[in-house]
Amino acid sequence: MRVLVCIKRVPAPGAKIVLTEDARSIDTSLLSFAISPHEECAVEEAVQIAEATDGEVTVLTLGPPEAEEQLRAALAVGAGAAVLIPTDGSDWDPISTASAISSTIGELEVDEPFDLILFGNESADSGGYQVGIRVAHALGRPIVSGIKAIGVEEGLLTLRRETPTGSELYRLPTPAVTAVKEGINLPRYPTLKGRLNAKKVEISRMTANREGSGQEMVRLVTPELEVSETEILGSGADAAPAVADLLERLQRAG
Amino acid sequence: MSDLPSSANVVVIGAGIVGNSVVHHLAELGWRDIVQIDKGPLPNPGGSTGHASNFIFPVDHNKEMAHLTFDSQSQYEEMGVSTASGGIEVARTEARLEELRRRMTSARTWGIEAHLLSPAEVKDMVPFIDETILEGGWYTPSVSVVDSLQAGTLMRESAMSKDALTVSPNTEVLDIETERGRVKAVVTDRGRVEADYVVVACGVWSPRIAKMAGATIPLTPAVHQMIDVGPLEILQATGNEIGYPIVRDMDTFMYERQTAGSMEVGSYAHRPIFHHPDTIPSIEEARLSPTELPLTEEDFDPQLEQAIELMPFLADAEIRYGINGLLSLTPDAMPLVGETEVRGLWSCAAIWIKEGPGTGRAIAEWMTQGYPEVDPHASDVARFYDYQRTEAHILARCAEHFNKTYGIVHPREQWDSERNLRLSPFHPHTSALDAVYFEAGGWERPQWYESNAQLLEKYADRITRRPHEWDARWWSPIQNAEHLAMREGVAMIDVTAFAIFDVSGPGVVDYVEKVTVNKCDVPVGRAVYTPLLTEEGGFKADLTLMRLGDERYRIISGGFDGPRDKHWFLKWLPQDGSVHFEDQTSEICTVGVWGPKARDLMARVTDDDISDDALPYGHTKPVNIGSIPARLLRISYVGEFGWEVYTTMQHGHALWARLWEAGQDLDVVPVGAGVYGTTGRLEKGYRLMGAELEAEYSPVEAGLDRPRVKTADFIGKEAYLKARDEEPAAILCTLTMEDHASASGEPRFPTGGNEPILTSSGERIVDSKGRVSRVTSAGSGPSVGKFLLMAYLPPDHAIEGTDLQVLYMNELFPVKVAVAGSTPLFDPDNDRMK
Repeated sequence: MRVLVCIKRVPAPGAKIVLTEDARSIDTSLLSFAISPHEECAVEEAVQIAEATDGEVTVLTLGPPEAEEQLRAALAVGAGAAVLIPTDGSDWDPISTASAISSTIGELEVDEPFDLILFGNESADSGGYQVGIRVAHALGRPIVSGIKAIGVEEGLLTLRRETPTGSELYRLPTPAVTAVKEGINLPRYPTLKGRLNAKKVEISRMTANREGSGQEMVRLVTPELEVSETEILGSGADAAPAVADLLERLQRAG
Repeated sequence: MSDLPSSANVVVIGAGIVGNSVVHHLAELGWRDIVQIDKGPLPNPGGSTGHASNFIFPVDHNKEMAHLTFDSQSQYEEMGVSTASGGIEVARTEARLEELRRRMTSARTWGIEAHLLSPAEVKDMVPFIDETILEGGWYTPSVSVVDSLQAGTLMRESAMSKDALTVSPNTEVLDIETERGRVKAVVTDRGRVEADYVVVACGVWSPRIAKMAGATIPLTPAVHQMIDVGPLEILQATGNEIGYPIVRDMDTFMYERQTAGSMEVGSYAHRPIFHHPDTIPSIEEARLSPTELPLTEEDFDPQLEQAIELMPFLADAEIRYGINGLLSLTPDAMPLVGETEVRGLWSCAAIWIKEGPGTGRAIAEWMTQGYPEVDPHASDVARFYDYQRTEAHILARCAEHFNKTYGIVHPREQWDSERNLRLSPFHPHTSALDAVYFEAGGWERPQWYESNAQLLEKYADRITRRPHEWDARWWSPIQNAEHLAMREGVAMIDVTAFAIFDVSGPGVVDYVEKVTVNKCDVPVGRAVYTPLLTEEGGFKADLTLMRLGDERYRIISGGFDGPRDKHWFLKWLPQDGSVHFEDQTSEICTVGVWGPKARDLMARVTDDDISDDALPYGHTKPVNIGSIPARLLRISYVGEFGWEVYTTMQHGHALWARLWEAGQDLDVVPVGAGVYGTTGRLEKGYRLMGAELEAEYSPVEAGLDRPRVKTADFIGKEAYLKARDEEPAAILCTLTMEDHASASGEPRFPTGGNEPILTSSGERIVDSKGRVSRVTSAGSGPSVGKFLLMAYLPPDHAIEGTDLQVLYMNELFPVKVAVAGSTPLFDPDNDRMK
C-alpha cells in the first residue's frame, strides 16, 4: 500500500507553556518540539502497514522550516519520503491548512493515488479535530476518525473505533482517509542507523497558497492549572486505619 | 518537612551530590544547626546530579584532581553505592597511544593499577567492539559506577541522624543579605534564615545565587549530550546494571557506558553549547528536568557514525532517550571551591560526580580548621582576576576547552582565546623583538625571543635539542641560549606579571608579622623573602616584601597567585581599619636587569649611588633613571647580580627604551620567562608556588626554614615550630637526568607533570606521611650541562649521589640526586649575586 501520513510540529508535551507578552503566541525559547502524539502513532501504523504489504510511506507536514526535524524523525523510524509545505512560522487555521494539504496531495498523486492517508485524531497544540476531515472531504474520500486498530485485506480497510460501551467496526474501500488515536500501537524509537539514513533523504518542498478563511486568532489564554492536593495518611503500620477508612469512603461513594 | 529555623550556623544551598557531601562532612566535623535548602524536590532536585553518567575514572594528570577523585571513590565505596566496572580508554591514533602511555605514568604516580592493552585484549574484555580500528587501549580495573542520588540521600541522613541538619526542599532562595562585606541571612520563599556561613552548592545556578550577595562564581552551564540506546541483548544477558567495562573512545571525545540493558553514549565532541544561569527552565517549564534539555540532534548526529564504527551492534539499537544535559564549566576547567569575595559566603561549585564527596570533605575541613588536607590551590575560587570573572571570558575559555575534555593537553599548553588582555608597557618593545608570549596571570609575558635565534649558533655545543615533538612542544632551544647569554652579559626580563600590593597604616607591622614566617620588622629599605603558611603549617604563598616606610610595605608575589594572595591578605586584614590595603598590580611595571654586566648597564642610566654599600643585596631604594622615577630591588630569581626595576606603567615604555639603549654595547639580551621561571630558577634550586610549594609541605621539607624563628606570633607558627623539631618526612631535592635515551634510542625530556620518581629497582617512593615522590618541576640547566628535576624524597633517598629512576611516558630513565635541600646546583655560594 502507498500510505501518506500528515503530521504536525508541536511543542513536546510535558512542559509548562509560557505565552509571549502580547499573548498572541507561545514563548518557544525553552521548548522542544515533537510530532504530535496521535500522529506519531499514525507514522508507526503507516510503517507497519507498509512493512506488511511491501508498501511505502510518505510523510507530509505544513509548518515552519524547522518542521524538517519532525519529518526526519518520521524518516528515521521507517518513512521513505518526506514533503514539507513551508510556512513563515505563523499559525494557519484548519481551513487554510486543509486546503493547502489537499492541493499538495493532488500534486503528489499525479501518477498514482495514496491508498491510505493517515492523520492523528487531533493535534496536541490547537486540537481542532478538523484538518483530516476537511482533507477527506476535499478529496472526496471516506474518513473515519478516532481509530484504534487498522486491518488491511486486499484493498479493504477494517477500522475499529472504541466507544464507551464497546467498539465500532468499519470497512472502507481504498483510497480512504483515517484519523488514528494514541494507543493504536506503541511507536518505535529510531535506531542509530535509521537516524543516519534519515539524514540522507532529500525532503521535497512544495508551495501552497494560504487561503483566507476569515478566522483570526485574537489571543491565547493559559487555562487555570488543576491543583491536586496530596494528603499524607501516615507512615508504616500507623497509617493502616486511615487507609482503611479512605477505602471504605471510596467504596460507599461507588 | 521541617519548617525553616530563623537562624542557623550554616545554610547550604543545593541538594545535589555537592550540597549533600558538604552537609555530611560538616556534621562529621561537629557542625550543628545546618540548614540545607533546594528549589527542587528530593531525592532528585533537578540539577546536574540527576542526569549524571555517574562513572569515575580515577587517574588524572593533575594531583589535586587525582586526590579528590580517589577520596570520592573511596567514600562512595564505603557507602555501598559503588560498583567497580573497570574502564578502558581506547586509542584510534598513535598520538593517543602516546597519551595512554602518559596516563599509565600518572597511574603509577598515584598508585592506581592500570594496564596497556593490545586491540585484541580490548576485544577480549569488550567483545562487541571492532578492534580493527584501534591502536590499543588502557585499562583501569578500579573505574567505578556510583549511585550519586542514593549517596546524597545517605549523606543527608547521616547528618540528620546526628541531629545536625534541617533539610528544606522545594524552597527557593530569593535573596542573600550581607552586612559590611559579610554574609548575614538567606531569604527564601519559606522564610528568612540568619547564618554566619552560607555555602553555594547549587551547580549550574551558583553564579545566579552568588550574585544575590554580590559575589562571583565564574562558571557557565554547558551542554553535554548523551543518548541511551537499546535494548541490546548482549547487555541484557549480563543481568547487571553494568557488566562490561566503560569504554572511552578518546579520539572521538565519546564514551559508551552500559546502563542495564542499554548503552549510554555520551559526547564531548559537539560544538560548545552554553546556557545562562538565569534562563535555565524552571521545574514546571522543563519537560524532563531543568538540566535535561531537549537533545539537539543535528549536533549529535556525527557521533552516531563514530559510535557505530567502534561498536557495530549499536547500529540497530533504538535511541530511547537523549538529552542536552547541563553541567558546569569554568574558565580553566577546575572546580570553584572556597570563600568568595563576601566573607562567610563559600562556593562549592563546578564539581562533577567523580570529585563530589572528596570536595565536600575538603570544603568542610577548610571551613572548620582553616585549610583542607588536600591542597585546594588549583580549585580555589579566589584564583581569578576581575577580568577572568566576566561572562565573556568565561564563555570564551569554556568554548576553547570544552572539546579538550577528552583531549590531549600538553602541560605547557597555552590558550588561544582571550589573549592580549593585559599588556605590559614593554610590549611594543618585546613584540618588536619577536617575543613568543605565554600567559601569566592574564599578562602576555615573553617566554623567549625569536630574535635571539642567532644565539643558537653561538652556544651550539651547550644546547641540547629535543627531537621528540611532544618534549619540544611549547618550548624552544632559544630559551637555553638566552640563559647562557644572560650568564655572560646582561639580561632584560619583563616581569610585569607580578602581583603587587601596598599595605600601610599604624597596624601594618603587626599585620605583616602575623601573616609572614620570616621577620619583616626590618629597617626601612630592606626586603624580605618569606613563606606564608596555612594554620597547619603548609605553604599558602611565598613572596617578597619591601619595607618602604615605617608604616608601609610593598608585597611582590607571582602573577599566577595574585588573586589568591590578595584574598588571603584581605582575609587577615585587621577589622579596626589600622591597615590600608592597595592593589598596585595594574599600576606598576617591572623589568629585571640581571647578569655580570648589569651594574655597568645601570650605572649608565642613573646618577644615584647603586654601589654595594648604598644598595646591598636584599635592599631597595628609589632612584631616578634619567627623568623616570623608579625603584630598584637588589634581588634575583635567576642567580645573577642585578635588580628588579619598578616604575609606574606610564613610564614603562620609556624605561625599557633607556635600559635597552644603554645596554647595546654590553651584550644586553632580552630574556624570556623560560629562563626566569625554569632554567635559571632550577639551576638555583628556587622553589615555585603551586609546583614545589603547596599546603601539603612545610618550609622545613622545602628547605626554606631559617636558623632562627622570630618572636612575633604568626599564622602557622605552632605547626612550623613542630616541623622544625621533627625529622622531615621528605626533603626537596634537585635531581639530574643521567641518560635521556628511550627504548627507541630517541632522547626524551620529561615535561615535569608529576612523573613518579622510582627506586633503582622500580619501586614507588612514598614518604611516612603517605606522599608520593614525583617530579614537581623539570627543565634544562644549560650552565650546569644537565637536565634538572625537582622532587620531594624521603630522607633515606634524599642523599646526594643516590641513583633513582624517573618514569616518563611509561619508560624508565636513570636520575641521580644532585642536591638534597635548597643549596643551588649552580653557584652554590651565590657569589655571582653579591
